Amino acid sequence: MARAVTPRRKVINTSLAWLIGLLIFFPILWTILTSFKTEAQAIASPPLFLNFDWTLENYGVVMERSNYARFLWNSILIAGGSTILGLIIAVPAAWSMAFVPSKRTKDILLWMLSTKMLPAVGVLYPIYLLFIKMGLLDSRAGLVIVMMLINLPIIVWMLYTYFREIPVEILEAARMDGASLKEEVLYILTPMAIPGIASTMLLNFILAWNEAFWTLNLTAVNAAPLTAFIASYSSPEGLFFAKLSAASTMAIAPILIMGWFSQKQLVRGLTFGAVK
Amino acid sequence: MTLTKTLRAATAISLIAAGGAYAETITIATVNNGDMIRMQGYTDDFTAKTGHEVEWVTLEENVLRQRVTTDITTKGGQFDIMTIGMYETPIWGANGWLVPLDDLSEEYDVDDILPAMANGLSHDGTLYAAPFYGESSMVMYRTDLMEAAGLEMPDAPTWTFIREAAAAMTDRDADINGICLRGKAGWGEGGAFINTMANSFGARPLDEDWNAQLDSEAWAETLNFYVDMMNESGPTGFATNGFNENLSLFNQGKCGMWIDATVAASFVTNPNDSEVADSVGFALAPDNGLGKRSNWLWAWALAIPSGTAKADAAKEFIEWATSKDYIELVAENEGWANVPPGARTSLYENPNYAEVPFAKMTLDSILSADPNNPTVDPVPYVGIQFAAIPEWAGFWTEVSQEFSAAYAGQQTVEEALEKAQAITNEAMEAAGYR
Repeated sequence: MARAVTPRRKVINTSLAWLIGLLIFFPILWTILTSFKTEAQAIASPPLFLNFDWTLENYGVVMERSNYARFLWNSILIAGGSTILGLIIAVPAAWSMAFVPSKRTKDILLWMLSTKMLPAVGVLYPIYLLFIKMGLLDSRAGLVIVMMLINLPIIVWMLYTYFREIPVEILEAARMDGASLKEEVLYILTPMAIPGIASTMLLNFILAWNEAFWTLNLTAVNAAPLTAFIASYSSPEGLFFAKLSAASTMAIAPILIMGWFSQKQLVRGLTFGAVK
Repeated sequence: MTLTKTLRAATAISLIAAGGAYAETITIATVNNGDMIRMQGYTDDFTAKTGHEVEWVTLEENVLRQRVTTDITTKGGQFDIMTIGMYETPIWGANGWLVPLDDLSEEYDVDDILPAMANGLSHDGTLYAAPFYGESSMVMYRTDLMEAAGLEMPDAPTWTFIREAAAAMTDRDADINGICLRGKAGWGEGGAFINTMANSFGARPLDEDWNAQLDSEAWAETLNFYVDMMNESGPTGFATNGFNENLSLFNQGKCGMWIDATVAASFVTNPNDSEVADSVGFALAPDNGLGKRSNWLWAWALAIPSGTAKADAAKEFIEWATSKDYIELVAENEGWANVPPGARTSLYENPNYAEVPFAKMTLDSILSADPNNPTVDPVPYVGIQFAAIPEWAGFWTEVSQEFSAAYAGQQTVEEALEKAQAITNEAMEAAGYR
């Protein structure tokens, strides 16, 4: 029997949720506010919250100094490309692990995840040398491959979890009706797993968008995405916090807007199979 | 008529083609600081003069260091010019990773480069990077607070005077700290500062045989003096303060004195950024009566990696960016206080620049720094706030982390020095120096 939620408890829970939400969002809000301050206001003590002279000067400076559109386009291509490529590889892999498991399936899944336990800097030189040999340095194709490989374990794991929730009997019924393997995956499994695939796509896109080690180390001019754009405004010798905040706001705005519009899908996918 | 038109068209096409073959696009990796960003703004002047286009890759200092080091050690060829410092230049030059700058044009006047800078950017007498700007460190202080305390800052103060003045200027109720110094971990942050301070106290990190010397009396005296003075007169949380944190405090009027990079002088005297711009004085970094001041020497310089195919265009850029003409260009448009300092002798002979309030003290500070003879007792390396060996950045960062933990009160000075001694000896052994 479900426990009754009293109005008082509902108010407390809602307030708590708002408080936690605001706490999580505060650094982003502060960055956005700082982007509208002058450099002197940005370091003022006590800090200025809303009572300052709002200015768009920092955005003007950033737009003048950097080719924002090029960085944005690279981010979209790299995050989008790696997500699509990752799904093309991960869907069949997760299908086979979920519906045709072998004795070693669990070990393979664990092994895949173990690749995430290695610090990225540990393989910087081998990857860098490979990229030189293959002519992939500062190329979007190279970044798409690296981003895909980095996030592939997470994609496979998420899809595997979703697929496990789908009753195998439905797939068996499709097989009995004469569906081929391709039809089974494309027309039966995929539509049923759409929420899971959508949330996996979104999460992978966000991870690839925000990745800042490989994107900084393997790019220079042509393939540099928004992470490199932000890095160009960070300085240990000089107070450029307001400009850095403007660049950060411009870098996170697209992904923030995308996350806002797709939050329903994201939450649905992330909680898929959480309650039985 | 048709023939004439065809000939004209052919001539035009061949001229464009010839121009295209000559004009290059060079990629430059650089740091994000005021002088470098200003230089990017004048790129059109370089393009107009040479026809070469420039692509900039601007990165935060630590990211840049990792990025260019990876590229040059793997011969990645991503950059035609790299912005590097005095630490990397002699090491990379010795390894043959940089193009020697031994054929710069006569108009460039290579002999005009300040000798201290030229020496620090050379290996075996060959220049491998041209200084864009140079810096030392000095005392920046509030003239109004000093006067209110009834004291007068000498041009060449001692650490004893600095500590007394810091205590006199401290007013906790008014949120004024007598002194602000770097404490943040990192070989280029707090690690650089404390090493220069130790130099003036007669300490040295290594002896002539590469044995660690951090268990010496002089090191204990240095660290205890620093910790006691900062606890008496420094800001709260000084263990995590670096250049930017102290600049922010000073500009808000919360520091009586700040000992740091000479390039900060243009920030603290800029009324747009600083609340105390009209009451800042300058003095040499303090000493302790042992003949060595606690100032460092550094330059951000432009170098050409030996793997580039565009060395000629890169050299043209370096000649343009570090020339006397470039200084004139900036002075004309933005005033003499904004020209890149500390690189050329002629700048300090210029009567216009002499009027800049921090010009003389910057030059005196640079001239008083000797990378070949940085300590009271002899050391086996070149460099003041660092030893120009590849291992320094790694192990001195670890050492500075131990020091920062002591500043924060997480361990005693003795414990920090004991660990630092072990870290240093271990690094020297692993690298084969001992």
